[in-house]
Amino acid sequence: MSMPFYVPPEQVMKDRADFAQKGIARGRSLAAVEFTDGVLLCAENPSRNLRKISEIYDRIAFAGVGRYNEYDQLRIAGIRHADVKGYTYSRDDVDPQALANQYAQMMGQIFTHETKPLEVEILVAAVGFRREDDRMFHVRYDGSVTDEDGFAVLGGEAESMRERLAASYAEGMDAATALQSTVSALAGEDETLSAEELEVAILDRADKGRCFRRLENGEIETLLG
Amino acid sequence: MVSGHQPPRYSARRMSLPNFDTSSDPGPSFAGLLGQLGQSVRYDQTAGQLAAPDATEITHGTTVVAARFADGVIIAGDRRATSGNLISHRTMQKVFPADRWSGIAIAGAAGPALEMVKLFQLQLEHYEKVEGRPLSLEGKANQLSQMLRNHLPAAMQGLVVVPLFAGFDQHRGRGRLFAYDVTGGRYEEEDFVASGSGSLFARTVVKLGQRNTNSQDEAVDLMIRALFTAADDDSATGGPDSMRGIYPIVAVITDDGYAELDEADVATRFEAVLSEFGNQLRDDDEGAQQ
Repeated sequence: MSMPFYVPPEQVMKDRADFAQKGIARGRSLAAVEFTDGVLLCAENPSRNLRKISEIYDRIAFAGVGRYNEYDQLRIAGIRHADVKGYTYSRDDVDPQALANQYAQMMGQIFTHETKPLEVEILVAAVGFRREDDRMFHVRYDGSVTDEDGFAVLGGEAESMRERLAASYAEGMDAATALQSTVSALAGEDETLSAEELEVAILDRADKGRCFRRLENGEIETLLG
Repeated sequence: MVSGHQPPRYSARRMSLPNFDTSSDPGPSFAGLLGQLGQSVRYDQTAGQLAAPDATEITHGTTVVAARFADGVIIAGDRRATSGNLISHRTMQKVFPADRWSGIAIAGAAGPALEMVKLFQLQLEHYEKVEGRPLSLEGKANQLSQMLRNHLPAAMQGLVVVPLFAGFDQHRGRGRLFAYDVTGGRYEEEDFVASGSGSLFARTVVKLGQRNTNSQDEAVDLMIRALFTAADDDSATGGPDSMRGIYPIVAVITDDGYAELDEADVATRFEAVLSEFGNQLRDDDEGAQQ
């Protein structure tokens, strides 16, 4: 039996992180903002079938960037977690923080123990009955969780996008302003994105049941003005 | 989740984010998921060893009825639940939305029936979320059929559940109705269906006034007459209770989705029907005296 070379754990972790980051950077980005009537999620996505944004539960949405098969598996696991929890206890007991923690556990576990880390970043967004109860949890490939306030940016060019969105973000925006500033942050300097290249969904605060709603092209165009 | 060396089935060790091997993945089925998690709902495991329960100890829901009309389907149910000769609940709900475009109404043993409704609603919602699109109306009707088939052993022990399923079929652009039996038999009806102890009376009334071209108002009035007659002749069916302000639940399902009528609206229509019946009786009396 051959002796493996010693590789310091710092190096192992760094290699894995670099690998995951590279994978994520290849995909397109995504952003979410809180606005007066709920939470708006917006992704650059020319496909109408391979979704980045989807519904988890009554007031919870999921968004993922990176490898489609990996975040889609996380999405389904989240739906299962939420539906089983709501069935076992009550619909009121399904909360985004527990879900984000579960995601963090799973992704952290895979990052350190499996052959290959996940090349994804995900966002768990939840709309409260009041604006101050809105929640956004950003979970990274290594299982680290950030509690985002006001807006969140995921994906390859997240840093520059974050700067652009931070500049235009204001508390209490309406849907149109929220979408406009998100789209211009996604598009970047001197670029534009049309409705066909966007996937947009809203968690509508006023809704009593399932708050998740996708916006059709026409609706996106109207909001973009 | 990416590599192959994980336990084939979900276990507590894999935390509570249910994730499966491709070979044991339950797909979009919520019942299948519960089965994989060891939480499936079954009465038959123990029911077979127990003596059939006394009917007076089990709460029963009574009359539900559904019919087609021009814009879709209408579905209605009284509010009474009985245990033997006693009224056990006066405000029971027997008509429920199954999802946005369909509704389910239940008659029979209330406990298993309500559990079936809860599971059916979740089954449809779970499928829709996992797959990204809702089941077809046909698919939904078949799902309910399977749930009833699984429930058959419990039904043989006396816990009979007989639901009605109605919805708007968006592919075909019209309302559709389904009746069931305890074995999971699924029967599509073209015009109307009824289930429960007072269904015989309700059915007769609906039969006389039923047109698939009825307007929504006509359809609502027909349901109200049917339920009133059922309550008039069947002791287990609850009539309008103006003293407590309890009225049957009436819901319409059209291209716009499932919507329950306002209780105040149902109350007003009941009053109209009642005074009409009252006038008829008075006229008959006067006629007899002359």
